[in-house]
Parts: sequence; structure tokens; C-alpha cells
Amino acid sequence: MTMQATPGQLVGQRVRRREDPRLVKGRGSYVDDMKLPGMLHLAFKRSDVAHGIIRSIDTSAAEAMPGVELVLTGAQLAEIIPPMPVATPFPAPDHHAVTPDRVRYVGEPIAVVVATDRFLAADAADVIEVDIEELPAVIDPERAANGDPAVIHEAFENNLAVPFAPAGTGVNPETLEVEDESALNEAFENADVVVSQRMFSQRLVPNAMEPRGVIARFEPGNDELTVWSTTQNPHIARTLLAAILGMGQHQVRVIAPDVGGGFGSKINVYGEDFAAAAISRDIGRPVKWIEDRSEAFMTTIHGRDVIGYIDLAATGEGKVTAVKMRLIADIGAYEMVLTAAIPTLVAFMISGVYDIPVVRAELTEVFTNKMPTDAYRGAGRPEGIYFLERAMDMLASELGMDPADVRRVNFIQPDQFPYTTAGGMVYDSGEYERLLDQALENAGWEQMKADRDAARAEGRIVGLGMSFYTEICGFGPSAAMPTVGLWEHASVSVERDGKVRASSGASSHGQGHETTFAQMLADDLGIPMDDISIIHGDTGQVREGTGTFGSRSQVVGGTALLMASGKVKDKMRVFAAQMLETQPGDLSFSDGMIGPTGQEDTGVAFAEVAGFAYIPIPLPPDTEPGLSEEAFWEPEGFTWPFGCYITQVEIDRDTGELELQRFVGVDDCGNVINPLIVAGQIHGGIAQGVGQALTEEAVYDEGSGQLLTASFMDYQIPRARDFPRFELDHTVTPSPLNPMGVKGIGEAGTIGSTPSIVNAAVDALSGHGVEHIDMMLRPEKLWRLIQGGDA
Amino acid sequence: MTVPISVTVNGRAHELEVEPRMLLVHLLREELNLTGTHVGCDTSQCGACTVIVDGSSAKSCTVLAVQADGGSITTIEGLSAEGEMHPLQQAFWDEHGLQCGYCTPGMIMSGVDLLERHPDPSDDDIRRGLDGNLCRCTGYEHIINAVKSAAGGAE
Ligand code: FES
Ligand code: FES
Repeated sequence: MTMQATPGQLVGQRVRRREDPRLVKGRGSYVDDMKLPGMLHLAFKRSDVAHGIIRSIDTSAAEAMPGVELVLTGAQLAEIIPPMPVATPFPAPDHHAVTPDRVRYVGEPIAVVVATDRFLAADAADVIEVDIEELPAVIDPERAANGDPAVIHEAFENNLAVPFAPAGTGVNPETLEVEDESALNEAFENADVVVSQRMFSQRLVPNAMEPRGVIARFEPGNDELTVWSTTQNPHIARTLLAAILGMGQHQVRVIAPDVGGGFGSKINVYGEDFAAAAISRDIGRPVKWIEDRSEAFMTTIHGRDVIGYIDLAATGEGKVTAVKMRLIADIGAYEMVLTAAIPTLVAFMISGVYDIPVVRAELTEVFTNKMPTDAYRGAGRPEGIYFLERAMDMLASELGMDPADVRRVNFIQPDQFPYTTAGGMVYDSGEYERLLDQALENAGWEQMKADRDAARAEGRIVGLGMSFYTEICGFGPSAAMPTVGLWEHASVSVERDGKVRASSGASSHGQGHETTFAQMLADDLGIPMDDISIIHGDTGQVREGTGTFGSRSQVVGGTALLMASGKVKDKMRVFAAQMLETQPGDLSFSDGMIGPTGQEDTGVAFAEVAGFAYIPIPLPPDTEPGLSEEAFWEPEGFTWPFGCYITQVEIDRDTGELELQRFVGVDDCGNVINPLIVAGQIHGGIAQGVGQALTEEAVYDEGSGQLLTASFMDYQIPRARDFPRFELDHTVTPSPLNPMGVKGIGEAGTIGSTPSIVNAAVDALSGHGVEHIDMMLRPEKLWRLIQGGDA
Repeated sequence: MTVPISVTVNGRAHELEVEPRMLLVHLLREELNLTGTHVGCDTSQCGACTVIVDGSSAKSCTVLAVQADGGSITTIEGLSAEGEMHPLQQAFWDEHGLQCGYCTPGMIMSGVDLLERHPDPSDDDIRRGLDGNLCRCTGYEHIINAVKSAAGGAE
């Protein structure tokens, strides 16, 4: 089998997206846009108490309302479906779609109403009376880890979901026992300088602009369930729905139509989805539920919420000799599909881009009375890189070194790849110093420093920040998620008229798969992009799949497509060879023709070969008619893109307001299929990272456990005026792990931007004795620091 | 209880009976099946529901359907004739001004209004002009490029 990896006519071009005409005209089709005949609507009664025991529920007033078809309490629903699944190897408490007995976070569903109209359903949910005996709300994770002020799940002593998970030097990777402390102790004893800091990567709300939604239609006649869902991964959703409903996978079809962003928050199958499916099966009618934004704040997974105690040992020349991170992850009230696995990724990032001989991460995961956390854009990598890159800047300032130099002396060198970190991660490729130099040059680093100093001399509060990230992309292999598998599936069918229908299990929700995948296939098959349609997001049409998350679609999904395309081409060569009376091995594809390599135009038209394959007279020996092939592909390891972000900020002395004045970035995601789409991914990623640094923080009230930031008024996602123009560039270091040499770019911006901005703010306030500031950098906090107080 | 209203939407006159509490956005989406106008929040912050009411942009989640009685409304579906694109729709496509597309109809409707008021906007005019519209995907830069290029194209 052959695969074409060389850039062709379309790969690498700024091709406009094919999905856009329908979307800019308002002709997209999102879940909430659909109506089915006979459809009923769901609304959930939710807990307004953070922690408590349900004493009684009175649904009679709701049931009496005209148009209300059914009201189910959590206990009643629990008779139809079991607790929800998790996909991590850690022990998890029972988590019901609708809670039957206790409430453990504000917004947790207690009962569900089924009515003829959405607003009526909401009215009915309002009149359900619930009597809850309140328990103390467990909000502070460090107190929670001592069982204070209460225990949330009886089986989990001291609220410890994962009591102690160490990784790195001296830890046996099989048993997860710490066997040898000597290297770690020696590194810190012999260090010329040690930097220690408690840092916090705060809780965030993903806030895809489209809230979650589901329509479930069970057809009693043939026992088939179809679910339209705002999911990032319809095949995983199908598997989990089938398992919980006790149905076969062949009886469940999940369709993700146009999906309005996800950022990890739409990986999960949620309680509302299971409830909708179970209720539709129960009553034999289609049901719909659409989340409103307040619900999205309270009950769609949150991200981050990891405290890191960081210790870094180094020589007087700035060479890092050891890093230790003690991590406390506040995972909220339950474990969802990937909840417990996400903080383990923080530990994987401990070495960053540096050749560090000794590393140790020690992770504890704690239950609190908050919405569960799970994968949010970057998922573990932003926390890890933030902790490390803050510490690198603290080291630079401790030693009076330029932040660029302290990074430079520690880089893993190009000839060290594939590089295995002290924590056991294998990096595929990297050329860090070249990229750093590019970033410094593009930024005009020396001039920036001179300008900053001049501004300071005028009394302005200006700071420069730098970060250098790497991250884990292209998830698999399967060993990284043994409960689900991390391959991707693709199919390529050449129809008898020479047009191509290709499918991918990677389901787009804004990433532009319909475009990039078609670009790639057009080059590979030597036909116009318009002759190719890309099908995704429907388990009824796409036989298998894993989904879109962890910057994996191009790496894993793209490669699977190339594999399937390669198989189809091999078969087309057999038909073409018979038509041309030559050998299949000599034939190539170019410009709609199949012919001898280099002289394809003397061969036979692609469409003619396709036609012959379906009416093959005579059929070539040992060959089946038709042209339809599929492939599964799983990478042997992760890909590791990298980049450097340089920022300049100025803080208003009187108001504490921070202005992001410059953002200079150089990214390396390997080869690029579509630069327009890659730029968009970087911009969007940066925006979310800037949001974490400057404007976003989910806050629960310590006493009541209420979510204080439950609307866009109290939780600000960045607006257009929060950004300068991004000054971006890239280098290209292909990955050796896939034929296209791609690495993934969906999360990079989020990971690199946050530490760069906090580093810039700390630099700005260094004259005020500030060594570290926890995010978010709200004006009030900065103002207090300027006044000489504590943040 | 319902209230009779008459509205013109995308040039078509409608006589309707609506609940007094019905929002304009729900009238458009649920009654008229114009689902290009989206709902992104419940506190009037996101702008996904932006339409043009009597010549200027409005968040259709902040307007009651009964308040629109006698009014003329343009939604994203009415911005261009079938098979064509408004210059701003075209510019969003050309400049990759969208990813998931959920904020896009509202963003475009606000952009149309912005260009009426500032035919040749600076970056800053656009950033301020789109202050009422949230996008979680794009980081806004390509949206700004799109509005700029549509302005250039209109010159
Ligand atoms: S739906 Fe968010 S402003 Fe109208
Ligand atoms: S394109 Fe997704 S929210 Fe703007």
C-alpha cells in the first residue's frame, strides 16, 4: 500500500471553508433548530442547595398542569437506568442522571418534567416542591481533603477521589509507589537556587456559544433509538447510551448536526442526555431538551481548578536540576467521563521543553460541592505549562537572567529527539532554539526591553512576558485511554461517476474538517475538491469513530483517511492497469487521470476507471467489483507541538486595569494543511488563554456553595476589544509519527498564552515587590498590589 | 391568553397570535422557523440573537414579540436573496470569520449595522462596535478582517 505524503496542490493552501456558505446564511442546522412530529419537551428541576439530603419531593402541582405529560423524580428514573459511566481507571462514586437521594452541587437535577411545550415544562419544574435537609457545603479543596467540613461520598474518605498518585523520578510506573527519594532530595540539597511557589490554575466555565442540547427519538416499532446531540464524539456517545439503556450499539444512532463549539465540554454524555433517551423509550415519543445559559454555567463541566505547589532546583547558571509539583485538583462533586484522568495530564507536562534530569509530580484529587470538572481546551496541559513557565520566570528573576536565556540553557536539543522525559513521556520532534530566536526577532525583544525600561522611567507600569510551551496532541495511542480506545476510522468510496464520498469518525464542531479533509484527499486522489464530500457526525453513516478532542482530528483522523484512500487507489490501479494493459505498480494519480508516473495524462480518466470498477467486464482476477475501502488508524505515540508567546502589558496605576498591548507568537504544529484554519485555531486558543489570565474565574461561595459567577454578567469571556492584533508566525518541524507530519493545533494557544500574560503582569509589578500573582488578574487585585497591599 | 400582532419579516407580512410573554427571538425561531437567529444566553449579553428591527440592530431576546407589532424585521435569512450573499456574508467566508458558526448570524447583523454607522471603520471602531457580540471560537481577529474587507468592498 502506498501513501502520498508530499504536499500537493491544495494541502498547504488557504482554502476557504466549505461549511461556511450555509452557516453565514443562517442555514446551518443545530440541534435546537430541529422539530420532530409529536415531540415533547423536557425541563429539569435543579437543586438550589449545594449539599443536602432530599427529604421529600412533591410533584403534584406540576403534574396537574395542562400540557404536562409526565414528571419523574430521580428515584423513579433510577428504576429505568443505572448510574452514568466513567471512562477512567479510577474508582468513582455512583452518579445518577437525576439524583435520587442527595444533592451535591447547585444545579444538580432532582426531577424532570415532560410537557408539550418548552416554556410550559419550565413553568411546571418551577412548582415542584423539594424539601432538602442541608449539609455543610464543601468548597475549599485543601480543607475538603481532611474531610472538612463534611464528607460528600461515604465511600471516599476525606473526600479523596484519588488520594495520592505520584509520577516521575523514583516512582515505579507499574505500582505507582515512591521507591527512591534520593535523586530528588540530592537535587534540592545541591541546588544553588530553589524557587518555591504555590500557584492556582482557577476554575473555568467552557461556555461554547451553543449550549448543550439533545433530541431523543425511540421508535417502538423497530426498537431503534436516534439521538441528535451537541456532542463532539457521536460514536462514544452511542456506545455509552447503548450501555446505559441496555441496548445494542446497532440499535442506537447518534447524530451530531452542526455543533456550536465544544472545547471539551461536549465530550461527555450528560444526565440530561441519558434521561431524554430513557424517557423517549419509556413513552415512545420524541423528546427534546435545550440547555439555557444559566444551566450551562452550573451544569456543563467546568475546567482546571488545580492548585500546584511548585519547587524548582537550579544551578547558578540557570540550569534546572529538578522540578517537583504537588498538585491538588478540585474535581467537583462527581466523576464524569474523563474527570479523574484530566489532572494526570498536568503531571505529564512537568518537563515542558526542558531537559530536566529529575522530576516528581504528586497528585491528589478531591471532591467538593461543585460542578464536576473534565476536559476543557488544553485539559491538564495549560495547568502544567503555567506552573512550569511561571517557575522558569521566577528563576530568571532570582538569578537576574533574561527570561529567554534561562529557557535557552535548558532546552532539549534537536539531536535528543525522540526524547524521553524523566517522567517517561516520549517527545516526537522539536527544534526549540530556532523557534525562540524567531520569536525574539519578530518581537524585537531587545527593543521591547528598552521601551519597557523607558516607559517605567516615565512612571508607567509596563511589563513583558514570555512563555515556551509544548503540549500533548494527537491522542492516542489506545493505551492512553484504555477504556475507550484512541484510534480513528475512515472510509473512502469512489462512486461510479468518479465522485468521492469519504467519512471520518472525527466529528467537526467548528474545526472545518469538511474542508481540510477534502483538501487532503483531493491531492491524494488527484481530483478536484468539489468532487469529494466529507461525511461526519452520524453513527448511521460513519461506521466507527472516536471523535474530536485532544487536537487529534488531523493527526489521527487525517491519517486514517489517507490510509483508506491508499487502499482505494491500490484497487483503482488494478482496474486501470487492465484498461491500459500495464502493471498496477507503475500507475499514479494526477489531474483527474491515472497513468504511468510522471505521464499520468497519457493514461485513463479517474472517472472512467471508477465506472469500469462498477461494471468490470472482464473482472480482473482476484478482484472484487466496486471501490469502497475503510481504515482504522492508531498512532504509536503522541505528537508534541510547541511555541513561544511574548506579550507586553501595561497596568493603569489608578484603576489597576491591565491592557494587553502586544501578543507575538511563533507556533510549530508540524506541516500545515490549511493556514487559514490553523490561524483561526491559534487565535481562538489564545483568546481562551487570555480569558483565563484576565477575565474568567468561576467562584463558589465558601459558605453557601452557590455559584456566584453564573452568567455572562459575572463571568466575562473576552470581547473583541480585549485584544490587540496578534503578531503570529510559525516554524515547521514535522512529526515523524504520521505520514503528513502534522502535530495538532487546537489547544496550543490556550496553553501558551496564560503564563506569558501572567509573567508580563508580574514583570510589570516587579518594582512593587511582586513575585507572583494568582489568576485572574482582576483590576482590583492589581490595584491593591500597586498600593502595596496583598492581592 | 394571546395577543394579535402583525410584523413584516424579511419582506413578508405576518398576522400572528402570540403569548404576551413570548420573546421576539422565539417568535422568529419557533413560529416562523427562521432558525438562523440563535440563542446564546439568557441575560442579553451574547448577541447571538441580533436582528435588524426597523433599520437598527437589536438583540431579539430583549424584545417581546408584542413590542415588534407593526415593525419590520430583517434576520440573517433575509439579508441576501436566495443563492446570493450579502458583502458581509461573503467577507466572513473569505476571511474565515467563523468557526462553529453559532455567533455568526448575530455577528453579521451587528456588523451590517456597524457598517451603516461607520462605512470605513478602524480596527478600534469594529472592536467597540461588536462589543455586544460574544464569540468563543475565533479570537475575533478574522471577524475584524471580515468587517474591514466588506467595508473596503463597499467603497
Ligand atoms: S441570546 Fe444572548 S443576547 Fe440574546
Ligand atoms: S464562531 Fe463559534 S462562537 Fe463564534
